[in-house]
Amino acid sequence: MAVTDAGPATEVAKRPSRLFKNLASKIAAVPMVLVALVIFVGCTIWTIYHSFTRSRLLPAPEKWVGLDNYERLWGENRWLISIENLAIYGFCSLTLSLTIGFVLAALLDRKIRFENTIRTIILYPFALSFVVTGLAWQWILNPQLGLQNVVRSWGWESFAFDPLNNAEIVIFGILIAGIWQGSGFVMVLLLAGMRGIDEDIWKASRVEGIPAWKTYIFIVIPMMRPVFVTAIVIIASGIIKVYDLVVAQTSGGPGIASEVPAKYVIEKMFFSQNLGLGFAASTMMLLSVLVVLIPWAYLEFGGKKNG
Amino acid sequence: MADATTNAVTEARGPKPRRVFSSTNIIIYGTLLVVCLYYLLPLYVMIVTSLKGMPEIRLGNIFSPPVEVTFQPWVKAWSEACTGINWDGLSRGFWNSVQILVPSVIVSIAVASVSGYALVNWRFKGSEAFFTILIFGAFIPYQVMIYPIVIILRDTGGFIGDVTGTNFRLMGSIWGLVIVHTIFGMPILTLLFRNYFTSVPEELFKAARVDGAGFWGIYFKIMLPMSLPIFVVAMILQVTGIWNDFLFGVIYTKPETYPMTVQLNNIVNSVQGVKEYNVNMAATLLTGLVPLTIYFISGRLFVRGIAAGAVKG
Repeated sequence: MAVTDAGPATEVAKRPSRLFKNLASKIAAVPMVLVALVIFVGCTIWTIYHSFTRSRLLPAPEKWVGLDNYERLWGENRWLISIENLAIYGFCSLTLSLTIGFVLAALLDRKIRFENTIRTIILYPFALSFVVTGLAWQWILNPQLGLQNVVRSWGWESFAFDPLNNAEIVIFGILIAGIWQGSGFVMVLLLAGMRGIDEDIWKASRVEGIPAWKTYIFIVIPMMRPVFVTAIVIIASGIIKVYDLVVAQTSGGPGIASEVPAKYVIEKMFFSQNLGLGFAASTMMLLSVLVVLIPWAYLEFGGKKNG
Repeated sequence: MADATTNAVTEARGPKPRRVFSSTNIIIYGTLLVVCLYYLLPLYVMIVTSLKGMPEIRLGNIFSPPVEVTFQPWVKAWSEACTGINWDGLSRGFWNSVQILVPSVIVSIAVASVSGYALVNWRFKGSEAFFTILIFGAFIPYQVMIYPIVIILRDTGGFIGDVTGTNFRLMGSIWGLVIVHTIFGMPILTLLFRNYFTSVPEELFKAARVDGAGFWGIYFKIMLPMSLPIFVVAMILQVTGIWNDFLFGVIYTKPETYPMTVQLNNIVNSVQGVKEYNVNMAATLLTGLVPLTIYFISGRLFVRGIAAGAVKG
């Protein structure tokens, strides 16, 4: 709208008003403004609003039903399982990828040979899609022909490792694939942070005779706090988005044992035409992001103000 | 900031190992060897499985190299495998993905680089506020925005179709998906370009202004030629990201225009027929080949891309 109106207006006006100064730059910023306002703000508010209405299939007359959708959502077993899975996956994925990433970064930081080769090997899964990751691990964890079968053929007849068909532990089968895919990225992040630490710290700790592991735990990790915070925010926002990995690896099965919220939302919206529930569930997802994001933003921007 | 991180990666600063064959060194290299094997294992398994015949897979173990190497599974995955509605294999998905990829990468980078440029050199009232919304928007789960975008695409596409008298549609077409990729690529790419353009000396910009160059003149004659490396980084980021996308492909396209990842999933997870693991693995490798090639060729630039996205300026 603004674009088409502004064109002739500048030709007519004798003194260009402030609004039309640097017109080209303002036109160029239109996509950014549209994305920010229409998509990120507008669509989010739209979804939150509609989560309080009974919308089965839009466009349809919508009726305000208050917290009705949320009550049904939290009464549904499928959603509760999704939340539980996300909590387990999220906690394990966060701690494991941070631990593995840090240990690998520390190993790579010890002036070793072939550093580039090793880093390339550890990071390559990150270039692959979740679908490819999920399918590869689905094959490796195949009970009849995969890893379990190989270990049994080595003579350990009673060996049992079949996470993808066991509702109790299926989420850990997905976790293995997720860690394989993402831990290299955490390593690269932490390694960059580690390299940013002054070498004098290492000299000083050597002079004092402090063992390396102590230096890492008591000096390096506290100094890397900003990098850890960034890594945690990135990993956490990735965890909430987990969708294609589950779809490819287990399709949510066995039964509904490996459902996750992101998948729940898509299914409610596009396959079972239950939009109200979908909107309520996606609003809950947004809420959980805010729980992570707000403290981070506070630390980040509060910190800048103070110095 | 992006520069600082990547330059820093070049030199190690940890404690110095003392002797070549010290026990510490053996532990370090031993651990790293095991770790590398673990990361390489799935790729190895995929490759050997895709080169075996089905009888050999049923009998042998997944780690053993193929006794009889066959490329039949690759041929079948590419041109014959059943994707649910038709029997022409992954090739269709591959070309769909290429058709989605090329315009998406070009449009998203063009829009984001111009936005970043406007943010740095042509600030207007509220521009930083919009940028902040953009950055926070990157953390909003896609699921929150996905449905309203369906409605927007359906209505605008239908409107354009009615006005032009064609059956142009955005929803279900490649162009709708291009718009979606442009939208969701914007936060990270704008950040990337904004940070890079900040490092271009302002004197250059001012001199060009004095010489009478306008918004686009400066963009094409100064900013673009001076920032080619960051354009390459952005391309790597977008090519891998868009190629690997699954969610948007499922939601915003029709079965005929499904990208490769979606078709791959349909092939492997289809419940009908006998499972052909070798074909499945060949298909999986085929889909992973594009991002893997980009990754191994680009090397350090890939690392720079993901680090630049993570480390804020």
